[in-house]
Parts: sequence; structure tokens; C-alpha cells
Amino acid sequence: MSALRAEESLLALRQQEELEDLPKEYPLSTSEDEGDSDGERKHQKLLEAISSLDGKNRRKLAERSEASLKVSEFNVSSEGSREKLVLSDLLEPGKTSSSLATVKKQLNRVKSKKTVELPLNKEEVERIHREVAFNKTSQALSKWDPIVLKNRQAEQLVFPLKKEQSAFAPIEHVLSGWKARTPMEQEIFNLLHKNKQPVTDPLLTPVEKASLRAMSLEEAKMRRAELQRARALQSYYEARARREKKIKSKKYHKVLKKGKAKKALKEFEKLQKVSPSAALEELEKIEKARMMERMSLKHQNSGKWAKSKAIMAKYDLEARQALQEQLARNKELTQKLQAASESEEEEEGAEDEDEMLVPDAVNEVRMNADGPNPWMLRNGPGEAEQVDIQKDPEQPPEPVAHEASESEGEENPVAEEEMLLKELEERRSLRKKPGLNQDAKPVGRRETKDSSSQEVLSELRALSQKLNKENHRSTKQKVSSARTVLPVQREEAADEEEEPMLLQRPERARTLDELEELGREGCFQDKERPRPAVNGQWLERKPNNQPGAPKEKPKKEQMIDLQNLLSTKSPSVKSLAVPTTVEEWEDEEEKDQRQMIKEAFAGDDVIRDFLKEKREAVEASKPKDVDLTLPGWGEWGGVGLMPSAKKRRRFLIKIPEGPPRKDKNLPNVIINEKRNIHAAAHQVRVLPYPFTHHQQFERTIQTPIGSTWNTQRAFQKLTTPKVVTKPGHIIKPIKAEDVGYRSSSRSDLSVVQRNPKRLSIRHKKQLKKNSVD
Amino acid sequence: MKVKMLSRNPDNYVRETKLDLQRVPRNYDPTLHPFEVPREYMRALNATKLERVFAKPFLASLDGHRDGVNCLAKHPKSLATVLSGACDGEVRIWNLTKRKCIRALQAHEGFVRGICTRFCGTSFFTVGDDKTVKQWKMDGPGFGEEEEPLHTILGKTVYTGIDHHWKEAVFATCGQQVDIWDEQRTNPICSMTWGFDSISSVKFNPIETFLLGSCASDRNIVLYDMRQATPLKKVILDMRTNTICWNPMEAFIFTAANEDYNLYTFDMRALDTPVMVHMDHVSAVLDVDYSPTGKEFVSASFDKSIRIFPVDKGRSREVYHTKRMQHVICVKWTSDSKYIMCGSDEMNIRLWKANASEKLGVLTSREKAAKDYNQKLKEKFQHHPHIKRIARHRHLPKSIYSQIQEQRIMREARRRKEVNRLKHSKPGSVPIVSEKKKHIVAVVK
Repeated sequence: MSALRAEESLLALRQQEELEDLPKEYPLSTSEDEGDSDGERKHQKLLEAISSLDGKNRRKLAERSEASLKVSEFNVSSEGSREKLVLSDLLEPGKTSSSLATVKKQLNRVKSKKTVELPLNKEEVERIHREVAFNKTSQALSKWDPIVLKNRQAEQLVFPLKKEQSAFAPIEHVLSGWKARTPMEQEIFNLLHKNKQPVTDPLLTPVEKASLRAMSLEEAKMRRAELQRARALQSYYEARARREKKIKSKKYHKVLKKGKAKKALKEFEKLQKVSPSAALEELEKIEKARMMERMSLKHQNSGKWAKSKAIMAKYDLEARQALQEQLARNKELTQKLQAASESEEEEEGAEDEDEMLVPDAVNEVRMNADGPNPWMLRNGPGEAEQVDIQKDPEQPPEPVAHEASESEGEENPVAEEEMLLKELEERRSLRKKPGLNQDAKPVGRRETKDSSSQEVLSELRALSQKLNKENHRSTKQKVSSARTVLPVQREEAADEEEEPMLLQRPERARTLDELEELGREGCFQDKERPRPAVNGQWLERKPNNQPGAPKEKPKKEQMIDLQNLLSTKSPSVKSLAVPTTVEEWEDEEEKDQRQMIKEAFAGDDVIRDFLKEKREAVEASKPKDVDLTLPGWGEWGGVGLMPSAKKRRRFLIKIPEGPPRKDKNLPNVIINEKRNIHAAAHQVRVLPYPFTHHQQFERTIQTPIGSTWNTQRAFQKLTTPKVVTKPGHIIKPIKAEDVGYRSSSRSDLSVVQRNPKRLSIRHKKQLKKNSVD
Repeated sequence: MKVKMLSRNPDNYVRETKLDLQRVPRNYDPTLHPFEVPREYMRALNATKLERVFAKPFLASLDGHRDGVNCLAKHPKSLATVLSGACDGEVRIWNLTKRKCIRALQAHEGFVRGICTRFCGTSFFTVGDDKTVKQWKMDGPGFGEEEEPLHTILGKTVYTGIDHHWKEAVFATCGQQVDIWDEQRTNPICSMTWGFDSISSVKFNPIETFLLGSCASDRNIVLYDMRQATPLKKVILDMRTNTICWNPMEAFIFTAANEDYNLYTFDMRALDTPVMVHMDHVSAVLDVDYSPTGKEFVSASFDKSIRIFPVDKGRSREVYHTKRMQHVICVKWTSDSKYIMCGSDEMNIRLWKANASEKLGVLTSREKAAKDYNQKLKEKFQHHPHIKRIARHRHLPKSIYSQIQEQRIMREARRRKEVNRLKHSKPGSVPIVSEKKKHIVAVVK
């Protein structure tokens, strides 16, 4: 019985089983009453009871080990015939055994504790699950935000997004998978293999490899040293060249140039002696250099230096000289080498004859007179004037014709010229010998002049004789003659210090050649004239005079004119370039035109009309007062009767002035402030949505996008469509991998399959529910 | 004196090869090209007019079904192939280039409720009123073979829709609950439910492929997460949503076609306010499908028309209808984003151009440039009244036209009433509810 009781108590305890561990001392406590007579049996029962506690069938039928007649229906077996059930046993009070005290205590302890809260409602739990899941998912989705934003704002989207990349396989791979099939391919391959041309990666032939290996260390070192040396030398020369280039000293450069020229000349002479053909080549080179020079604008008076000199020339003798030198050089360079035309040939023929007649002395004298001025060799710049001057009635130009031939001769092939030059130089040196001892320049000059003058005289005499012969010559030949007159004057010019002055007074020189003193006086007179003017003069007249040489009278007039002009007008280089007369003429023309326009539109006064119109417009636009007076209302009315002033004042409604007109401060403009209905039909009335200010909108409208106003590139850029799709291509949904994200899950399915139990339970329930429904 | 001479360098005008373009020297001096705005305006006007002149969107009608077309599906790999299921249980596969039916099969008894293709394009699934899910091969049976499904799953309830996962061998059906199936099993691997009404459509998210959206006849839209096997959130609208479609370029955006004539574009993270309410239909919207570019979607309506909406606009840019087209039940935008297909009650599938005035076929570069230029001009001057009027003008059937008028009057009246109520009540006692929020009843967590 006690066992039963124990079982009961145990059952009571069992409810707390999950919450608290079963006390371990419990079986021990039961073993206390083992000393009883039926203790053993009880103990056994208890054990059974305990063992049956955790088993499934708690109420196990009592085991029958032997056959018995009486089987209690109350499951109280009378086990063992020797044991009798005694009444006292049954009557024993259910007093609490001391052994249960501990259990009771525990029970109390448990009771004193709070009960665990009820588990949450199923719906609630699900809701929490959902919320957590939703938060997780929306977090996962927000990684797409930047991409979505980018795509929405993109100027252009090209679909499909993922481009098929054309991968380039390395050549070795291609070759390995490829075999020569056609005979030509096979042949090529054979050739390649014969040369052991490598097909695969390190593209070095065996020969190259061998050569790579072959070079020894010493060799390599030597080679390196050599290379280093060469490099050092090169850099040294470079540095030197740079340094020399930087030197600004003109003197240095002049000296350098001169030295070079000398050297060249020497070499040339040597060459001439040794091998004429090589010399010819050299000559050609020189000629070419000359041509190059001729092409450049180096020696014209348009340069900065020349301009500055031209200004200075008025006061500075040296500058003047330098300028002249420069001009002479220019002349020399720009002289065209004419191909011999027929007429010239004829002339040459004549000249040849002439040359025969001309005494050597002429040449001599000339050369002598040239002295140090190299430009005097050619036709000087003063040529044109001299031509004019020569056309004096007293002095016919013919005498110098033969000299023209000479000058022409100079223009002939350069080799000839050079030869001539040489001769001349030799002669000059001969002639100069006596003059060498003279110390002062002017003195020397005078002396030379003295000596030369005699020669000139004789020469001229001869010339005048010739003149008579050649008088019959046609005027066309005078052109050339005119040009060639120059040397004669040059002879005299050489005498004077200022050569251009000479140019001014050839007549006198001509006529008074014999009287040197007179010539001197003339030159002094000339000196008084402003120098640059003279310069300008010949510059200006050059074009006119050369063709117009034959006419004598007009030339004279022109000369006078020019002098007048020069005396009146301040001489400046600029004014020379553009004749001032032209400007004047233009001014006049303008005036004329203005006058004409004035005459044509004499009738209408546009400005007054406009002002009137504007006044009217302003008046029209002003708001008008409303007069509501009714004549005859409340007083007499009729013809000649006006409503009283008081009444008028009372019924006049004054309308406030509008805002000031926009053209109020613009005297030349009328702005019409009325709204144009026809235009309004085409105008946007409200500011469209994405724009925040009307100016923004106007700007977008005003910038044209067509190719009429934009370059091709800009046009293409401006008209790119927002979305471009390729026809016939499937556009797949965007992928995480496409935009550089890791895809969110390796497999959506894997997660689902990991907890199938729960799902299946749920599913079963669901199905049950469905079937009920 | 400096003499300026004309000089011609052949490099400047001679082409290197005859294939090069001729160089045409142009002077862009703005004074030489005056009146740029008026000239461009006229060009824009002409372009708009021409667009309307050339707007001929209808391409073809595919007939062959013997009952209304209930569902359509695109082939994932072939642009020319389209599948359609009809109300008599027949499924047809069409070739769009030939405009012919290439295969017809009796799939179900009763309606074909849903059809979807496998992502690889080798097979497709159908669900029907006969409580079955069937998997079919895309290619027809060989000679002498019988037309038989690869698999048939017998369910306990009617399935009303089906959609296939975009990457894996999983599909989802809907009916009483949303079931997710493995293709190899006959039992769903997971089934999710929330509420008791029948679910009319289920769609997988094409980007985040574990997401599902469904809409039930108890006016709600429910989102599910397949990985966690749980619904996420539910939004209840004024009226029933017929179907939803996910944006293929924006993972969290979907559009719902509603019975209250509107479409609602939602951001799934913020369901309490739709991103945009698209209005224009005059009857229940039955189906919606996104353009693959994700910039526009097309909707089919019970009002016998389909409309194209830009995603970010509340009004449609285009409406297509024909005299013979009845209630449009399903619509699809082809995967190259050039065409639209719609299946309707009167047993036809119609093929439309997505851009009504677009020239089909290959364009020369000059044509392309002209097209782009015209498009830009139209965009630039779209707000000008003349151009706007011409661009917006559409001919509508009388029924739709009068419906629009009527609904405008109704809406105006409602608005007036609201304004009046607001005016004549204590300030603050009548809340001002925006149009977007008006249609949302509740969001259930």
C-alpha cells in the first residue's frame, strides 16, 4: 500500500518533472523501511512502480510467476502462499511517514515558485516571425537602391545590359588548335619549321637564343663602355652647341660668319684649282643658298630692325648707312636672273659690239669707285631717279647703253659673273695699291676721285662719240639703257660721301663733270635736303619710272611734284608704304557718298517720325479715364451746353497709372507690351513639372539641338536616345552578378529543404484544415 | 606688302579611301543660321504630326483557339515562340514570325488557369480547373507518340495560377494556399498561407528570386519569402487585385492590376503608400506585364483595350484597341521590348508594336539619326500646347470615350463633395487624404 502511496506521490511529482530534476535521494529514502517483515516485498513493489513510471504502460498487470487459483480482480495478488494479508495491515492509518517529509518540503518549495508564463499565441508568434523576415528581406533589397537610382538617372541605357565579351584567345592557343590543311598553308608551316621560327610563347628563334647566350662578359663590358663614351661625347657636343646658340653678341656672330665665309671661299678656291667640276657643284650650292636668302624676307626694310633704323636714319649717319647697306643687299638678292629673251639676245649682240668699243678703263673706274661698298656692284637703289634725271634734254641717255650690256652681263650665268668679279677684284687691288698709304678716308677718296675723274672724262668723251652713233636706237631699248645708266653715276657717287644725294643731281654731275668744284657745291646743296625723304622718293617712284623711262617731260614734272610733296609731308616710313594721296581720295569719296545719301533722302526725317510714333504708342497704351457724365441729366442740356465742371469731376473715374513702360529709358526702341494672341497659342502657359524656374525652361528651349547649329559630334551627343535596345536580342532581368554584387543566396531552395519537418507538419495541419472546410 | 593667297591643300578635302565620308565644310556661325527656336519648333511639330500619321501599331492577329484565351507565356530563349492557354483547356504554341500555331494540345479539362515556362525553355507547366499541375515538353511528340505530359500532379484543390522560379527547378502554384514545389516531387516542399480566401495569382521576383508576391480575392496582396518559408507582409486595398508583376530591373518594385480600374506601383519595402497610381482604364484591369527594360508596363483591361504606362507617370502614353477585340484577359511584353501580345475573350491573340509609329526592320544610320533627332525634338517641345494636343490625341471607341467622360464627372463630383465637406467642417476634423493613400485600406504585418 505504501508503495501505492508512493506511486501516487510520485505521480503528483511527475507534473513538475520537466521543471525540476527528480531528487536523487528519493530511492534512498524508500530503502529506509527495509527492516519490515514485508519490507522486501514492498521494496520490490516500489521498484516496480518506479520502473513503470517512465515506461508507457504504467499499470502493468502483476506478474504471475506461478499458477494460482485466486486472482484478485483488484490487481492485488496474493503472492506467495506463505504471506497472509492481515487486517491490521489494511487498517493501518495513512499516517505520514517520516520518509516523505523531504518530498513535501520540495513540493512546498516548488509551490512557492512562480509559474512559467504561458507560451505566446500562435498568431502572435507568426507575426513576429513575419516581421523579422520582412525586415531582413527589405534590408537585403536595399542593396539595389544605388543601382536603381543610377539606372533611373542614366543618360542612356543600352539593353541587353550584359555584353557578350569577345574574348581574345592568345595566339598560341589558336595555333595549337589549328592545323594546316591547304597546300599553301602547309608550305608556309614547313618554311616556318625549317627556320625554327617559334610558334609558341617566348618568341625567340634558336639563333636569337644562341646569340643571347654567346656574348661574353668582357665583350659586353667593352661594348657598354664604348656606348657610354659615345653618349658622353654626344651630350658634350650638344651642350656646347646650345651654349653657342645662346650667345647674343652680334659681334661674335659676325666674326663667326665672316670666318666661315672666308673658309668657304678658300676652300672654294682650292677646289677650283684642284677639280673644276667639284667647284661647279660648290658654286651651285652657293647659288642655292642665295636663292634661299632671296626667298626669305630677311633683308627688306619691313623688319623691326629696319623700321627702327629708318626712324633713326634722320639723325644718325651710321644708321642711314646700315639701312642702305641692307637695302642694297636686298636688291642684290632679289634681283631676278632673267632667262635671255630674244630682244636681249639682240641687245647682247649689240652690246658685244659695244663692248668692243668700250675701253677697259670704264670698268676699271667703276670698280675703283665701288670701293668697299659691295652693293655698288649691282644696279643701286637710286637707279630709277637717275633714270629720270638722265632724261635731261641736254644729256641724252644713249652714252651708257654699252654699260647696260655689262650690267646685263652680270645678270647672266653666275659662273661668268664670278669670273668677272674675280678679274675685277684683281684689278681693284692693283689700283688700290697706291691709295693704301693714304691715312684719312676722305682724303683718300678725294685723291681717288681726282684720278678717277680724269679717267671718267676720257671715258665720257668716248661715250659721247658713241652716243652720236647710237642716237637712232629705238626708245624701247632705252628701258634697258635707263637701267644701266647707273654705273656711270656710281662713278661719281663714289666720290661723294652720301651716295643718295648723288642720285638727286645726276644732271649736274653730268653737265658739270668737268668742273669738280661746282659738283661739290651741288652736293652741298643737296645735303640740305632731308635724307629719308630722298630715300622714300626713290622707293616710291621705282615702280612708275622703270617702264615709263622714255617720256621725259612728265618725269620732270613728277620729280618736282615729289619734291614738293616731300618738303610738305613729314617723311615717315609708313606713309611711304601707303601713299597718302589715296587716303585723301578715300575721304573725299566718303564725303561724296554721304552727301549723295543726304540728297536722296532729303524729304523724310526718320528720327522725328519714329519719335512721333513712339509718343503715339505711349499714349495709346496709357489707361484712359472713364467719363460717366451724362449731359442733360439733372440740368439743362443741348447744343452748346456743357455739363458743369463739378458734375464732370464727380463722374470722372480716374484709372490708376500702370507700371512704367519697359521702353521708358530706351529712346530708340518701342516695346509693344500687348499680348500677342497668335503667338500665345504656341506658348507654354504653365511651367512644366521638372523645371523649378522659368529661366531654366527657357534655356532648354533656346539651345538648339539640330545639326544645323551643332557640330556632328555635339549633335550625336545631344540626340542620344534614352533607351537603346538591340533588335532580336532577349533582354534578361538584371542580375546581381551583372552589377557586381554577390547573388543573395547560393540556392533559394537549399534553405527551404533544411527545415522540411516543420513545413511538413504545417502542411499536414493545413491539409486537415482544408478537408474540414 | 603682304599678299594673301587662296591656298588649297588637298589633305583638307580629298578622301583617303572612297569609303570615307565626304567632308562637308560647315559654318556654324550662329548669325548665319537664325531663328533656331522657331525652326526647331516647326520641326518638332512636323515630327509629332508624322508620328501620329505613322502610328499603326496593330501587326497581326493569331486565331485558332476555340475559346477565350486565358493565359499567355513567353519562351525564355526564343523570341518567336509564345504559349497560350484557353478556357477550353487547350494550350497552343505559336510562332510569331510565321504567325502560325505550331502545336496545339488539350492540356486540361475546363480552363487552363495558368501557364509558365521553365527557365531553360525545354518544358512548360500548366494548371487547370481539373486540379492538376502538368509539365509538358516544349517540343511536340515524335511520330506515333501520344501527346502526354511529362509529369502530372493531382492536387486536392483547384490551382488558379502558376509561376516558375527564375533559376532553379522550383515552381509555385496558388489556389487555397501558395505551394512551392520541387519539380521532382509530387508534394509541395513548402506551402504558405495567410488568410482564407483563394489566391488568384502568384509571381516570383525575377531579381531576388526567393521573393514571391501573390494577390488574393480578399482584396490583399501578400509577399512571401521562400527561404524563410513565411509570408512577409500584406497590404489590403479597396478592391481586389487581379494580378501583380515585378519590375525586371528594380528588385523591390511591383505593379498591381486592380479591379478599381487603377494600377498601383508599390515599393515592397513601403507598402502603406504606392509609389504611383496609374489611372486611365475605365474598367477592371485584368493583367499587367513589364517591359524588359523596366521603364514601362502594359495593362489589359476589361474595357476592351490595352494601355501602356510609363512607370513614373500616372497616365498612359498609349491605348490600343480594335473593333473586334473584346475583354482583354492577358497581356505580355516580348523579351526584346519591341512587341506586345494580348489574348482576349474572343479567342484571338493580337500582336502589337510597343512603339506605335516605329519603323520595323533595319534602319540606315541616317534614318536612325533622324529618328533620334525627332524624338529629342518631341521631348523638348512636348509642353507646347499645339504639340501636346497632337501628341495626346487618340481615337477611342465610343464606349470608352463616354465612360471616360462619365467617370470624369463622377470624380469631379466626388472631389467637389470632399472639398465642400472640408470647407464646412471644423478645421482638422476631416483629414485630407492624398490620392495615393486613399486606396490603401491597411497594411498587415
